[in-house]
Amino acid sequence: MEEQTTKLTFKDFKSDQEVRWCPGCGDHAVLNSVQRAMAELGRKKEDFALVSGIGCSSRFPYYMDTFGFHGIHGRAAAIASGVKVANPRLSVWEITGDGDALAIGGNHFIHLVRRNIDINLLLFNNEIYGLTKGQYSPTSKKGITTKTSPFGTIEAPFHPGELVIGAQGKFFARTMDNNIKLSTEVFIEAAKHDGTSVVEILQNCVIFNDRTYAEINDKEVREERQIVLKHGAPMIFGKERDKGLVLDGLKLKVVKIGEDGITEKDILVHKENENSPGLHMMLVNMRWPNYPVAFGVIRSVNAPTYDMAMESQIEKIQAKSSIKNMDDLLHSGNTWEV
Amino acid sequence: MNKQKEVVELEEVVIRFSGDSGDGMQLTGTLFSTTSALVGNDFSTFPDYPSEIRAPQGTVGGVSGFQVHFGHTKIFTPGDYSDVLVAMNPAALKANKKWMKPGSIVIIDRDSFDEKGISKAGYSGDPIKEEKLDKFNIIRAPITTLTKEAVKEMGLDVKTVLRSKNMFALGMVYWLYNRPLNHTEEFFQTKFKKKPAIIEANKRVLKAGYNYGETIEAMTPSYTVSPAKIEKGTYRNINGNQATAWGLLAAAEKSGLKLFVGSYPITPATVILEELAARKDLGVKSFQAEDEIAGICTTIGASFSGLLGVTSTSGPGLALKSEAIGLAVMAELPIVIVNVQRGGPSTGLPTKTEQADLMQALTGRNGESPVVVLAASTPSNCFDYAFEAAKIALEYMTPVILLTDGFIANGSQPWRVPSMKNYPAIKTRLVAAGAENYEPYARDVETLARNWATPGMKGMEHRVGGLEKDFLKGSVSHDPVNHQKMVNIREEKVERVVQQIPDLKVSGEKEGDLLVVGWGGTFGHLHSAVKEMQDEGKKVSLAHFHHIKPLPGNVNGVLKNFKKIIVCELNMGQFANYLRMKHQDFKYAQFNKVQGLPFTVAELKNEFNNLLED
Repeated sequence: MEEQTTKLTFKDFKSDQEVRWCPGCGDHAVLNSVQRAMAELGRKKEDFALVSGIGCSSRFPYYMDTFGFHGIHGRAAAIASGVKVANPRLSVWEITGDGDALAIGGNHFIHLVRRNIDINLLLFNNEIYGLTKGQYSPTSKKGITTKTSPFGTIEAPFHPGELVIGAQGKFFARTMDNNIKLSTEVFIEAAKHDGTSVVEILQNCVIFNDRTYAEINDKEVREERQIVLKHGAPMIFGKERDKGLVLDGLKLKVVKIGEDGITEKDILVHKENENSPGLHMMLVNMRWPNYPVAFGVIRSVNAPTYDMAMESQIEKIQAKSSIKNMDDLLHSGNTWEV
Repeated sequence: MNKQKEVVELEEVVIRFSGDSGDGMQLTGTLFSTTSALVGNDFSTFPDYPSEIRAPQGTVGGVSGFQVHFGHTKIFTPGDYSDVLVAMNPAALKANKKWMKPGSIVIIDRDSFDEKGISKAGYSGDPIKEEKLDKFNIIRAPITTLTKEAVKEMGLDVKTVLRSKNMFALGMVYWLYNRPLNHTEEFFQTKFKKKPAIIEANKRVLKAGYNYGETIEAMTPSYTVSPAKIEKGTYRNINGNQATAWGLLAAAEKSGLKLFVGSYPITPATVILEELAARKDLGVKSFQAEDEIAGICTTIGASFSGLLGVTSTSGPGLALKSEAIGLAVMAELPIVIVNVQRGGPSTGLPTKTEQADLMQALTGRNGESPVVVLAASTPSNCFDYAFEAAKIALEYMTPVILLTDGFIANGSQPWRVPSMKNYPAIKTRLVAAGAENYEPYARDVETLARNWATPGMKGMEHRVGGLEKDFLKGSVSHDPVNHQKMVNIREEKVERVVQQIPDLKVSGEKEGDLLVVGWGGTFGHLHSAVKEMQDEGKKVSLAHFHHIKPLPGNVNGVLKNFKKIIVCELNMGQFANYLRMKHQDFKYAQFNKVQGLPFTVAELKNEFNNLLED
């Protein structure tokens, strides 16, 4: 990895294209966070490649002054895989949405995660189809009324974190679109992690699914209903930082510090690098009103990456093989003279 | 061998090895072909097998065949009809009876022609009588019994013993055509390196079959086919899929790029992926994708990163890749899509050949979406057309579809090993590092190919994608006039490839009564039929196309010199209709066949003669 010698700022990542998302869309804040994170990473600008699929968020690469590829619906994970495997020195980012990654692109999504190719995947989850003007998505809450579910949906949603861990994912983080500070931190962590890093961004669609996250993100309730996890720190939340998580048998339980003899020492300490996915699975699945919703880096486990394994396999075979070029190959094996 | 009474010299011979799909007929045929090549014969092969790996034993549906045509002269086809049929069971006889030359030799395993075998194949009594084969030279050899006999002291289990009975049949055919056994014995040594008992058993059975031939010499003379007059050089046996894979590797070397292959296994194209996956020593990055779409999308991504990206598939896979091919058209990235055609539509006849994906290759995408389309015509020239496909892709910044088919992909022939110094360099459109004012859609004035900058190149950051592009900057443009301009330019770019493709060649006289037109894998049969008619004094010539889009520049000049034109293809007339669209001044007769099988020389000649008499 080559280091950038002169420090870049977020402005260096702005392209000359006019940003055309709706006013008030959560994507604006995410764009800002990504630009800040990339400036912080200290890498050369030309080493960034952004690949997207189709959907509102997939216009993202046009607004970044990096290499960018706006693909076709659902296939960003496959295109990004090709970009990264072809040139592992690049910092490759996939920009995708809940429809793009989890409906039409579900197959590519799980296989990217399974292979653990070193790609940072930003999953903009607004629980709705925006670009086609308001149909339910695979993450829409059950029962939601939309243009294609006028009487409410009858299907259960995917929870991206659960899917990532189910596909043997090694990195999963969650952030909120308007929390630029947390988003920037999480994006930097995702970029530093070797392997597929999935960041779910809870993102508000101001036109077709406005306030879908309001009950956990309104200013007055946010601190009571969100928990930001930090590796090595106790799982404490609340305005007064008086609530925490403990294990109660096989389940998580919210407790109040100072009540029933609970002290800070009883609270679970977050360990993002725990390979066993049990507790991480419980954390990604916490939902209001039974639990606060977990944010920050929930899982970050080291494992070999596909792209580096491919490089080392090629290196090993090349050192051993007597076939060094085409002429060698053409004359290898069974040949005869006439 | 000095015991033989009679040795007959022959020009050419067709042998068909046939048995259950687990009987090892493909291997038997391949070993016979290689031995024939080593004694200096030319050959052409045709594996014909069911799509089930192990279809019900003993049934007609489970019959697997391998036909080899070898000779003293140049061989262009695997032959229509067999001089020798090896039928390991009654079903094999039933499946192949209509492909035997009248009076030809039929070697059967007498042991399998028992009540059970006969009824499984759907016969009620003796198949030889039922099929009225009394005029044929039937050799009823107790192959199973003698195979067991040959290895009885070795203490092997029955299953292992029976697995080697194909070698008994091979030994018999080796005796019949005076072939040496040593190459096949060497093959056992390498193949079963760690199993000395298996080597020994196979050697014994092979030899037993050969000796059996000698013992029954009274029944048939033995034959020789003397070496063909072949250009001097180093030769190897190659099939179309392997040649395709190697041609792509050669193009990567000549362009100085690494090769990336993103593919999903599909019959009959899988061997291309397998061949490339084995070439890590040449730096190949092979990616077995989760599906056909991921196959091409990873390929497009790799091309964006500056590698030579290729994807291999067959008809249904090409359908799945359509949208992504359109993306490569829009992004103007160089990729090669190899489509090994098989019988369709839908899953169709996966292991059989057809040429019915031509229109899909030309137009099977949304929007105005031109790509270059090439077609290889023999197993070995898959190498050259794969090379050319990659060269055009890289020099014109366009997707190129290479069409082959199941017949040439699985068929094999001896191939004079080329030297890479005789292949041209491939000059990519990669811009120099540090070049200033990079515009992604600035073009070469001759070829209209855009400039290629890849991630990691300082100062060249740019965006590509599926939305319509501004004609220079490549940024998104919804401008109506720009769209028209870009549609025109993409079409014009593909048409300009005509500058570097060779003229259409005519085999035979430049004018005459009948021009036979073909494309792709039918070349061998068309060539043989036309050649035979020319030898009979008929004014027939062949024009065989390898460049489909764009068509060569001299097509009109070729077509106008013949009284009649007949377009022959293994579909309902797709190329004929394409010619009607592109060259409207002519009347095209058609000869079409969609049976999952290649043409036969006999039926072609019959059709051409009828047309000449009309």
